[in-house]
Amino acid sequence: MNHLTEEQFVLYYYGEGDGSPSVRAHLDACEACRAEYASLQRVLNVVDSAPVPERDAKYGAQVWSRLQPSLRWNSPRGLSWWPLSWSPAPRWAAAALVATLVVAAFLAGRHYPKAQSGAQTANAGQVRERILLVAVGDHLERSQTVLLELVNARPGESLDVASERERAGDLVAENRLYRQTAARTGDTRVASVLDDLEPVLLEIAHGPDRLTPEEVENLRQRIEGDGILFKVRVVGSTVRHREEKAAPASGQTGQSTL
Amino acid sequence: MELSDSVAVAQARTGDSGAFRVLVERHSRNLFRLAYRMTGHQQDAEDVVQETFLRAYRQLSKFDDRASFGTWLYRIAANCSLDLMRARKRRAAQTEPAGEEGAPDPMQSLPDPAPAPDRLAMSGEIGGKVAAVLDGLSEMERTAFVLRHYEGMCIDDIGRTLGVQPNAAKHSIFRAVQKLRRALEPLVSSAS
Repeated sequence: MNHLTEEQFVLYYYGEGDGSPSVRAHLDACEACRAEYASLQRVLNVVDSAPVPERDAKYGAQVWSRLQPSLRWNSPRGLSWWPLSWSPAPRWAAAALVATLVVAAFLAGRHYPKAQSGAQTANAGQVRERILLVAVGDHLERSQTVLLELVNARPGESLDVASERERAGDLVAENRLYRQTAARTGDTRVASVLDDLEPVLLEIAHGPDRLTPEEVENLRQRIEGDGILFKVRVVGSTVRHREEKAAPASGQTGQSTL
Repeated sequence: MELSDSVAVAQARTGDSGAFRVLVERHSRNLFRLAYRMTGHQQDAEDVVQETFLRAYRQLSKFDDRASFGTWLYRIAANCSLDLMRARKRRAAQTEPAGEEGAPDPMQSLPDPAPAPDRLAMSGEIGGKVAAVLDGLSEMERTAFVLRHYEGMCIDDIGRTLGVQPNAAKHSIFRAVQKLRRALEPLVSSAS
């Protein structure tokens, strides 16, 4: 008789999977598996004892009072209970400004390192490189989230992409800057994936708030057919790996690529 | 009379701030509990609660009326927690060299993923150990496990929430359970 696997125990414990009757029957018949399952039950039952700090009944009101001023600045489409007396700069402009500052700091450091000693230059170079890697890593992660929303849409249904449109608008400006920097520093892999990503982001940013099922399907095919999501994932993971490697490498000269 | 979630959502969509306030006040405590289990830190959990309501507010027009508003919020909170844990991990890796240059690094003030000794002492040995094991899980393992174990979300929904295949969500849960068993079985056996 084959014993049950740990995976079967876990699925049975949580009432998942379609094998419950057969698992139950096996447990009734097999003492070894019964003992094993009882051991798993004991462990999972004590997991509930992990402490969680309690919040009192006023907590919701406290959250609301902290939240309310932020909602003022993030008034969404169709919700206008706090009319704004002036319009703040569009979000894409703020995102582009941050990206510009990161890139400018990186490039300025590369071109004007002479006032510092050799060790200081190497260290400052590493810090700049890490900041840029973190920024590019974040950018790829946020782009991935937008693409996933479209790829995971239910087939045959229209899709409200108002929020993704807005985020894609932010990402386009950043993408352009990071792509140019990558090309300039000779990081062809990052430059290439950003190059592939840009037209898709543009298409989303310039599209309607609600996509028809056909439009969703076309975008999905484009994202999947060109392997854009896969490339973004792979390069994103490589960039994150390089961030991690760059962090403890103090005392070594930073690479000149992204 | 108390507003139901669906009525409050409908009113909030028409511009009723009081209705959105009802939703915030109703769901904050549960969201905090979820966010704390995900992140293991009070301040992070507070940030996740805040960010969750901001995202919910911005995406209120996308909410499907047939779904449960609470579940929808939980999905947003799970993703916020995941984003925060990933960012924290990345930033934590950046701290060392800046510190060596002598300048104070603001990232040094980020919370330590290990549970504080007082937390271990206060919560009792097993509770503290559970918290320590949860802190040692990968972000994906922890999120998938918390959603399955504490929130009772099915594996398919966990996959959808995290943007991964159900199989990947399932294996994250398996790995989390294996790690918990390895760490807790000796304690549980000796206590029983």
